[in-house]
Amino acid sequence: MYQSLAHFAQTWGLLFFIALFGLVLVYALWPRNKGKFDRAARMPLEDDGGPEGEPEAGDRKDG
Amino acid sequence: MNCDLQIQPGGEMQTGTARKLYTGLDGAVIGLILLAGLAWAIAVAARGPDPLLGAQSWLIIAGFLVGLIMLAGVYADGGPKEDPKQYAEGVIKAGVIASMFWAVVGLLAGVVIALQLAYPNLFYFPEWGFLNFGRLRPVHTSAVIFAFGGNVLIATSFYVVQRTCRARLAGGLWPWFVFWGYQFFIVMAASGYLMGITQSMEYAEPEWYADLWLTIVWVAYLLVFLGTLWKRKEPHIYVANWFFLAFIVTIALLHVVNNLAMPVSILGARSYSLFSGVQGALTQWWYGHNAVGFFLTAGFLGIMYYFIPKRVDRPVYSYRLSIIHFWSLIFIYIWAGPHHLHYTALPEWAQTLGMTFSVMLWMPSWGGMINGLMTLSGAWDKLRTDPVVRMLVVSVAFYGMSTFEGPVMSVRAVNALSHYTDWTIGHVHSGALGWVGFISFGAIYCLVPWLWKRKGMYSKALIEWHFWIATLGILLYITAMWVSGIMQGLMWRSYNELGFLEYSFMETVEAMHPFYVIRALGGLMYLAGAVLMAWNVYKTIKGDVKEADESVTPQPAAIKA
Repeated sequence: MYQSLAHFAQTWGLLFFIALFGLVLVYALWPRNKGKFDRAARMPLEDDGGPEGEPEAGDRKDG
Repeated sequence: MNCDLQIQPGGEMQTGTARKLYTGLDGAVIGLILLAGLAWAIAVAARGPDPLLGAQSWLIIAGFLVGLIMLAGVYADGGPKEDPKQYAEGVIKAGVIASMFWAVVGLLAGVVIALQLAYPNLFYFPEWGFLNFGRLRPVHTSAVIFAFGGNVLIATSFYVVQRTCRARLAGGLWPWFVFWGYQFFIVMAASGYLMGITQSMEYAEPEWYADLWLTIVWVAYLLVFLGTLWKRKEPHIYVANWFFLAFIVTIALLHVVNNLAMPVSILGARSYSLFSGVQGALTQWWYGHNAVGFFLTAGFLGIMYYFIPKRVDRPVYSYRLSIIHFWSLIFIYIWAGPHHLHYTALPEWAQTLGMTFSVMLWMPSWGGMINGLMTLSGAWDKLRTDPVVRMLVVSVAFYGMSTFEGPVMSVRAVNALSHYTDWTIGHVHSGALGWVGFISFGAIYCLVPWLWKRKGMYSKALIEWHFWIATLGILLYITAMWVSGIMQGLMWRSYNELGFLEYSFMETVEAMHPFYVIRALGGLMYLAGAVLMAWNVYKTIKGDVKEADESVTPQPAAIKA
């Protein structure tokens, strides 16, 4: 039991983590995501209230 | 729920039936939780077998009664008022004030126990244990980590999640339940320590009843946070929220698993852990190191990723790096705990695993540090002109330093010298005072003028004083502990020519005395800085701000559509 669990962790577990890390890299570096991330990098700078945009009276939906 | 909220011209809100039902349910559930707690505490006072918990039960009864009175007060006042067009700021203001209060309390306790180590007779009363080192030490650690750090994290996460989601905090009364419930947990835990109620597990000292209460509060915290994310108007979830969410979820998991225990009596304080022996040790340090990784790191990285860009008015240096930073940090941190158990009964492969993951952690940590520092690109001049930016940046520098030192200390050969010595204490404090303390102070210096709608802090000069006194205090603290710790480790391992230990334990303690005095001085300076800050915050809230600060941009409470 211990042997087979340790074997599984040391082979498939390791490969699983490497594959997950690969997926994170692909997601972060995928060229088409660049625009989204460039906008996201500015999110803290654009969150102060202001007159921009349309007021959304009455269309609030929660829970 | 589709509710029929109507905003009247004055901003006052009229609640429709659906809304009333919903908030009524809020209050009813909170009321039932408080009543159940009150009933338990009264049962303890009346028939509990445990004199310690019996004495503490009066405090617990008082706490639940105050909670019920506050709840009744809300409804006597016409029920909870909520304007969906405005960000919730009241609970964050309360969090900022609580953070300042607990910072002073926790640092004061730290200075007292530092002096007790240098002068062991200080506050030592043989027949009266309340102020012994052993009782005060967990008061210090819990007050600075959980009371100060926890309040900062709750307040900043509530602030950041609303602003980056363009949505008001979810959950009606629940954010306030989280705030007051958390303060109550701290008071329950700390008063227990002073009386001698403890599980004797580091950073997990509160006994089962306080743990259970914290679990309720923490689940409410998670739901408020998730509910706000759910309501968001921004499609993308900003990286700071990912860090806050990882912190909340992982702390819930760690807290519940490490505190699985069976109470001796449902009306008594004592409990026995589900785990024993080396399994208990491994679970405890899986918990303990991830308290560092997720409470003191991930949560405060959330602060870094919001407040540094905001204060210097520059976008995050590399958002891609922040994504890689996040996922690799949380995946690696969770495995690092076994490095606390080198040369113990823990199997060697598990020790090596903990060590390897700790060394791997260096990469995401430094990736994050670089990302934080480089966000200042094009704004480096603010380091000279804005002491708040300087505080935030020095904080990230300390983050880099302690996340380099940590992996080094986790290597088994280095650990053979450093473990159980003052070096560990120095390492912890370069992270706690430098990274956690300074990023929190920086965030509070940003938040106070924003929340109370002031044009700046009361005194910029006092912020400068705070920065320099505290920085010098940290340097005194960590250099004293490095020298003391390495000396202590070397003295423990030196043999004479006959193979006997060269020094008795007492000789090592005597040799450490001067460094203990320097450490206490460093801690006193850090406390003095925090007291200056508390005064500055008080004057700013009171409205005594004279000069406008150009680094402070007004942050209106109206939600940008």
